Amino acid sequence: MHMPLTDTLGLNLMAANQHQADHNREHFDAWNLLCLNVMSSPGAGKTSLLERTITALAPHLEMAVLEGDMTTQLDAQRLEAVGVPVVPITTGRACHLDAAMVSGGLRQLQAQLDPAALDLLWVENVGNLVCPAEFEVGEHLKVALLSVTEGDDKPLKYPVMFREADCVLITKVDLLPYLPVAVERIETHIRSVNPAAEVFQVSASSGAGLDDWHQWVLATTREHTRQAALVEVG
Amino acid sequence: MTKCLLLSLQEWKRGQEPLTPVVSAVHLQVGDFTCVEPEALRFTFAAAVEGTWLDGSTLEIETVPLRARCLGCSGVYSPDPDQAYRSPCCDRPMEEIVSGRELRIRSVDYSLPQQTSDPAAVPSR
Repeated sequence: MHMPLTDTLGLNLMAANQHQADHNREHFDAWNLLCLNVMSSPGAGKTSLLERTITALAPHLEMAVLEGDMTTQLDAQRLEAVGVPVVPITTGRACHLDAAMVSGGLRQLQAQLDPAALDLLWVENVGNLVCPAEFEVGEHLKVALLSVTEGDDKPLKYPVMFREADCVLITKVDLLPYLPVAVERIETHIRSVNPAAEVFQVSASSGAGLDDWHQWVLATTREHTRQAALVEVG
Repeated sequence: MTKCLLLSLQEWKRGQEPLTPVVSAVHLQVGDFTCVEPEALRFTFAAAVEGTWLDGSTLEIETVPLRARCLGCSGVYSPDPDQAYRSPCCDRPMEEIVSGRELRIRSVDYSLPQQTSDPAAVPSR
């Protein structure tokens, strides 16, 4: 005889991923580093941006990259070429990184170096504007990229990604003269779904707007690691 | 996403050990403002539980509409992508989401066998 029972759980559907993500973040906090999760559609310019940004910030910050890629290690090779430790995470058929994959990447990273020496850990997610928005990997902040060639409707079509982002970069602005796209409209749409986001207009090829973005990364990292250090002392 | 749901249910199951619950239904709340497509979830759940401890259970999905509060007038509205999710009353951006982000296992209907399960079925650690 079976007793019919109902358990009211109120449990997050993503609980299993969330627990692992929280665990990853505990590591990041113990190492006193900032983790940024960089997301966009394929080809929006995540790797090109990171090449420029890591090069520019290298004199100021110790950095490493966890590089999510479905099948190849091409992006990882590009970033290694700018002189930063890179751990490739090949996701196979999965269209996003999840917290367990990043945990595996962290173990590999620890085999290479002492993460406590890092200020900033970049996680370059798999190119996709949908699933990565729901799969936290333990990051402190989410950075979303949208290239001007993708059109001004994308913040409205993929609103969860742009809503969840703490910082949105409108990329490839050097192409604007050749496109029937108004960058103001892209920015208005981003701010309509997410008025709290930091928004920067940048071009990794011309360098336009990169200074402001780099200042933001630097200030955010310093503020984060300083506060974490205060918590440790207090 | 289905994998994540199954892992989350697995965590719940571990809390019932040494008994093995027989699950008849899993009730979810899925917000409209998420990246989860209820139909796809139903389909993959049915395929994924075949031959597992969840075989025979049904997935009941309650969808939750996206609602936001306009911080201009405190009115609650249904954001419309065609209006860029802005409030129709004060034309403000979507500031405070009231509902629509739910990805929740609301409850599980199940029964427990009277005796403890076959020790061989309990995973050894």
